[in-house]
Amino acid sequence: MDILLQQIVNGLVVGSVYALIALGYTMVYGILGLINFAHGEVLMIGALTALQTLGVLERIAPDLGPLAQLAIALGVAVPVCMTLGFLMERLAYRRLRNAPRLAPLITAIGVSFLLQTVAMILWGRNYHTFPQLIPTTPLEPVSGVFITPVQITIVVVSALMMAGLLVLVNRTRLGRAMRATAENHRVASLMGVDVNAIIGATFVIGAGLAAVAGVMFASNYGIAHYAMGFLPGLKAFTAAVLGGIGNLGGAMLGGIVLGLVESLGAGYIEHLSFGFLNSSYQDIFAFIILGLVLIFRPTGLLGERVSDRA
Amino acid sequence: MKKSVLALAVMGFGAAGIAHAQEVVVKLGVAAPLTGAQSHLGKDIENGARMAIEDYNAKGVTLDGKKVKFELMPEDDQADPRTATTVAQRLSDAGVKGVIGHLNSGASIPSSRIYDQAGIPMISPASTNPKLTQQSFKLVYRTIANDVQQGLAIGKYAAGHLGKKVAIIDDRTAYGQGLADEVEKAVKAGGGTVVGREFTTDKATDFMAILTKVKSKSPEVVVYSGMDSQAGPMLRQIKQLGIGAKFITGDGGCTAEIIKLAGDAIGETAYCTQPGLPLDMMPGGKGFTERYKKRFNNSEVQIYAPYAYDAASAIIEAMKSAGSADPAKYGPAIAKVNFPGVSGKVVFDAKGDIKDGAVTVYQFKGGQWVAQ
Repeated sequence: MDILLQQIVNGLVVGSVYALIALGYTMVYGILGLINFAHGEVLMIGALTALQTLGVLERIAPDLGPLAQLAIALGVAVPVCMTLGFLMERLAYRRLRNAPRLAPLITAIGVSFLLQTVAMILWGRNYHTFPQLIPTTPLEPVSGVFITPVQITIVVVSALMMAGLLVLVNRTRLGRAMRATAENHRVASLMGVDVNAIIGATFVIGAGLAAVAGVMFASNYGIAHYAMGFLPGLKAFTAAVLGGIGNLGGAMLGGIVLGLVESLGAGYIEHLSFGFLNSSYQDIFAFIILGLVLIFRPTGLLGERVSDRA
Repeated sequence: MKKSVLALAVMGFGAAGIAHAQEVVVKLGVAAPLTGAQSHLGKDIENGARMAIEDYNAKGVTLDGKKVKFELMPEDDQADPRTATTVAQRLSDAGVKGVIGHLNSGASIPSSRIYDQAGIPMISPASTNPKLTQQSFKLVYRTIANDVQQGLAIGKYAAGHLGKKVAIIDDRTAYGQGLADEVEKAVKAGGGTVVGREFTTDKATDFMAILTKVKSKSPEVVVYSGMDSQAGPMLRQIKQLGIGAKFITGDGGCTAEIIKLAGDAIGETAYCTQPGLPLDMMPGGKGFTERYKKRFNNSEVQIYAPYAYDAASAIIEAMKSAGSADPAKYGPAIAKVNFPGVSGKVVFDAKGDIKDGAVTVYQFKGGQWVAQ
């Protein structure tokens, strides 16, 4: 029983990171119909920028407490990633907005390679150790389940960010403009919405979320390197599709569900397949679920509008 | 530029040849990464081989009635499989009589085919992948223990010293999987039980799910067969999950890097193995280190110099016993060499692996790996 609970906790932690990244995919898709494959790389840049900042802080202000350090690192990483998100949209995607849909997709893959290579040049190919600013020593186990403060932080911060985003989209002027732009660019601009600014804002917000996810990811696993964004990016994209791409609630649900399925899949695939499959197949498990969901609900768990977009 | 240097060198040989009409020059190739991130290890191999031929030149070797002078031809394979095959071709074309190298298994395996076709013996002082000597190439040897021997050592040590209930995790790479299979066999042979066999990838960072599963089997030892970039974070997650088992990993994780990556999660319950012996435990280790430092401007022996020394020695010993530097004649004699080398006794088995290749177990103590 405690093992099952532990797997659920593991799944929730991984799932909330996926969810946070998936929001960036889904927001951009909702507005532009573009899958921004470079989104995972934004996470990586966020983590490495934070790492760099922490290195500088260690030199100039070694007496700072860990939380203050983390806050400053985030304070640098988030704006850097937001700028990156803005530039990505402005330089790479805006010109292709009316191009055939394959062109921006290929461009996104190109941007992803570009960012990885730049990061490799700047930070090298090595794995870097990310300081453990939030304690990773497990708390007193509750009914056999080990939880660390950093894991709790990840779940709480993700939940707060997601709630904040929902409020932003559903309750503010900017959010209304975003929803209008998602409906129809031309009509929105006729209604006085500055479509370009709104699309820019969408990229900026998504990149900010990715930066936070990157820093949390790095502090949980204690490592950062130039290719760290690829796998979580891919998983988050899967989560966004699972939940229904273009839908904010869907991205969150998809992330959590994917995290749980992966974790439980790795833990129980051997029992479920009567010893035929082992944990090297843990990823198939997630994709079988994805396949089934898409067969019976082509628009994802909470999806809408996919048929006319994809 | 390179060509002109080579031409000059050839002219140099020519001049030397005229001066000592009786002296025959025998060229031996060294192939290893001499530039890039692993250049210190490649240089280690080159220096080791250089010391060997200088020793033999000083002693004087006579083959078939003629005095022989050995020359080294070092080539840079950049630790890259494709460059390695180019280098192998270049060495073959240059007419070297034997090759000491390469360092990386990924470079040695494709190159071995080229040497085989050219009929040139190759002795690797560093490549541990079992496949290298399993291709049934007659003239491929190595002076360092392979991963079968290493896996055996891990399994034996785990079951013998650390605990009977063993969980094995590997990264599904050729190296990781191969090593893990050998560990599993050795654990069972050593009276232990494998309570779990889990898998990850060489790109993963999250092992919580598989570790939780491992935890449910309450193992006494967790074996990880893969590289330090996964083993480091894995140690952290083992701590996060409160798994009290001991941890042992192979040479991929037997690095200084893992100590950084694992942070405060690495302790005295962590072990690792490395093919070969630490220098001070080698039969010829002490004198070798001193001579090496003196010869190469105070540089330290990294890992492979003694094995490269023994590899070059094995080639020359075989030449001596066959009385010829012709690969076709002395090649078969390599299988029969038997002499005390720096790293230990140099005797090859039927496949071309070093017999009784030593593997050393290290324990993490006081901030570093300490040989057991």
